Amino acid sequence: MTDETALLSPSAAGPKRPAAEGGGRGRSGQVWRSRRYRWDLRWSPYAFVAPFFLFFAVFGLFPLLYTGWAALHQVELTDPDAMTWVGLRNFTRLWDDEFFWNALRNTVTIGLLSTVPQLAIALGVAHLLNYRLRGSAFFRVAVLTPYATSVAAATLVFVLLFGRDYGMINWALSAVGLGAVDWQNGTFASQLAVSTIVIWRWTGYNALIYLAAMQAVPGELYESAALDGASRWQQFLHVTVPSLRPTILFTCVVSTIGATQLFGEPLLFNGGAGATGGSDHQFQTLGLYLYEQGWVNLHLGRASAIAWAMFLILLLIAGAARLLRGRGDSR
Amino acid sequence: MRAQPPARARARRTLSTAVAAMGAAALLLGGCAQDPETDPKSGSSADGKAKTTLTVGVFGAFGLQEAGLYDEYMAQNPGIRIEQTSIERNENYYPQLLTHLGTGSGLADIQAVEVNNIAEITATQADKLVDLGKTPGVDKAAYLPWKWAQGTAPAAKGGATVGLGTDIGPQGICYRKDLFEAAGLPSDREAVGALWAGDWNKYLETGKAYKAKAGEGKAFVDSASGVMAAVTGSSAQRFYDEQGKVVYKTNPAVRGAFDLAASFATEGLSAKLQQFTPGWDQGFANGAFATVSCPAWMLGYIQDKAGPSGKDKWDVAQAPKPSNWGGSFLIVPKAGKRAEEAAKLAAWLTAPEQQAKLFEKRGSFPSASAAYKLPTVSGAKHDYFGGAPIGEIFSKAAQGIPVTVVGPKDLVIAQNLADIGMLQIDQKGRSPQEGWEAAVKAIDNALDQ
Repeated sequence: MTDETALLSPSAAGPKRPAAEGGGRGRSGQVWRSRRYRWDLRWSPYAFVAPFFLFFAVFGLFPLLYTGWAALHQVELTDPDAMTWVGLRNFTRLWDDEFFWNALRNTVTIGLLSTVPQLAIALGVAHLLNYRLRGSAFFRVAVLTPYATSVAAATLVFVLLFGRDYGMINWALSAVGLGAVDWQNGTFASQLAVSTIVIWRWTGYNALIYLAAMQAVPGELYESAALDGASRWQQFLHVTVPSLRPTILFTCVVSTIGATQLFGEPLLFNGGAGATGGSDHQFQTLGLYLYEQGWVNLHLGRASAIAWAMFLILLLIAGAARLLRGRGDSR
Repeated sequence: MRAQPPARARARRTLSTAVAAMGAAALLLGGCAQDPETDPKSGSSADGKAKTTLTVGVFGAFGLQEAGLYDEYMAQNPGIRIEQTSIERNENYYPQLLTHLGTGSGLADIQAVEVNNIAEITATQADKLVDLGKTPGVDKAAYLPWKWAQGTAPAAKGGATVGLGTDIGPQGICYRKDLFEAAGLPSDREAVGALWAGDWNKYLETGKAYKAKAGEGKAFVDSASGVMAAVTGSSAQRFYDEQGKVVYKTNPAVRGAFDLAASFATEGLSAKLQQFTPGWDQGFANGAFATVSCPAWMLGYIQDKAGPSGKDKWDVAQAPKPSNWGGSFLIVPKAGKRAEEAAKLAAWLTAPEQQAKLFEKRGSFPSASAAYKLPTVSGAKHDYFGGAPIGEIFSKAAQGIPVTVVGPKDLVIAQNLADIGMLQIDQKGRSPQEGWEAAVKAIDNALDQ
């Protein structure tokens, strides 16, 4: 570096070439400029993305690592500075923790109950929105409205709808002679009710993603399919869905992450008791159990271990999805 | 605008410290140390007076602000401005308070603490809190002895009184006069109280008698867990013994209360509701049950939820035994920059006169027994509850409440007994033994560090 700068210094370059404009500064300036240009080209992108990584390091990576560190300790929220090293004990005890397995089971069933219908309905809604419609912009905004509603507000309304004694859904069920359902206490009933809130909130969001992908499908495909005599339904099945495969995979991954972290809906669905997820823990998800351990029982170490277990489960799912996709591509 | 005076004072301090470091005389340092109030030149706001802002952090509708106490204090002390922040639910408020105490930042100058959390606070956080027992104007003799003891740290932790009691929750039984009459029971509050005086079992017997005449669809109590809270509140020892050991599993008082409350469910006397849920609120509005154990602070809640149509239908009678449910404390963290001013305010807010005002406006019953003689308390009547002499009823209950042993995890134990154990019996039709075992399992898991 020092040699280079000496070579390029104005005094060395100056007298050799007294240029018409700018005198001695000409060549060196040019070199300097091209050098700056190269640096700019090379390093600026890093500078531009740096803020993200700085913020990620502070608000993402550090908490992640610190949680991992806390998971190896016994820590109580009453005195977070006093940490006692317990090694992997917080993790090993999860094996015998029936509340953890119950929460994991609930997370999976609620995840399936909400994700599968949600994505199927979203695909259908997107297909309908993809037609030429009068006022299509209105409908597109309308399907997104539930997503823009706060979880708290939506869930509180659903709690009233699903009420045992005076809820509208039970009123309707009784009116058609089906009898009232105790939505909060039944295991399947409560999980279905929680899933309904999730489906209501996220279907429109996924529908818009699908719609965007559908509009990128070349119209010629449909034209030729129509020429071949394919019906609308056949077009949907054989043109739209295959073209959307990467998008569908993307929404599956995102929804799975969302389902694993499900928290607000089951928390608020249990109006009075908070994090227990019902008297039998029948709709306590992993997120709720983590919250109960950390912020109700004040065991930060145990809560951290659950958080890391959730993280590892997600990594496993992501790995499985990758494997599946790899197989799909090679086919 | 609101944050201005302290911010400006801070800026001035930084500047003058820098100047002092450059070798300027102690004159400036003196100016820096001066109280902004007495410094006429800087730190003055628009009205020409510097103000010290004190913040108060509470949960729920605590009532101090609503009863106009802040306004009154600010009028008496023109140099003070009071601001309140509130978090709706204690289970969100309390963990946040603990994290703030742990880091010594983000704290309000005064913080509220619920009675179920006070033992944990005095046992683990006392060194971070101001000893309010030594604050001028605080009179130990004015308080109920057990309330004072609850706010005081154990001797091993210094024995400082770090929490000043605000209200307590002496209980009565709120009942529907019209439903009692329809079932052929007396409806006068003296006669109703006499039905079960002295024994919670008589309350159960009354329930059976009620059910026999009232017929289908009308429950006697709102929930089994409400009964359990009331019965456990009437025994001195509950979940911990005096040595601080967890004894709820073997304590006959707890198991007895659990089983008694469970019989309300198994006998079909309960409306099978969960307290503080929308369904419970609708139960009040629809007259779904005839009685509910009501601490003083619940009267306003009932009035809100039962609405104008319930006026003159509700009344309140003496509970079978004196019992306490709920109540709160004020603490002052040492980390606050205005701890001394804050302690003065906390002392004033919890003085008997102010507690009486809080009762008059909000129905929170005073923990300062000195307030019971004040006419606003002793002569208090509740319009909505048929003009019931609530001052008299609740004073009598308050003075009979035993000195309860509180423990650090009272909240967790009480919550799991109610929301897991009793709820399984009440709403899922499990047997009392199954409910008890489920609750014990959940509590064991919760207490295990």
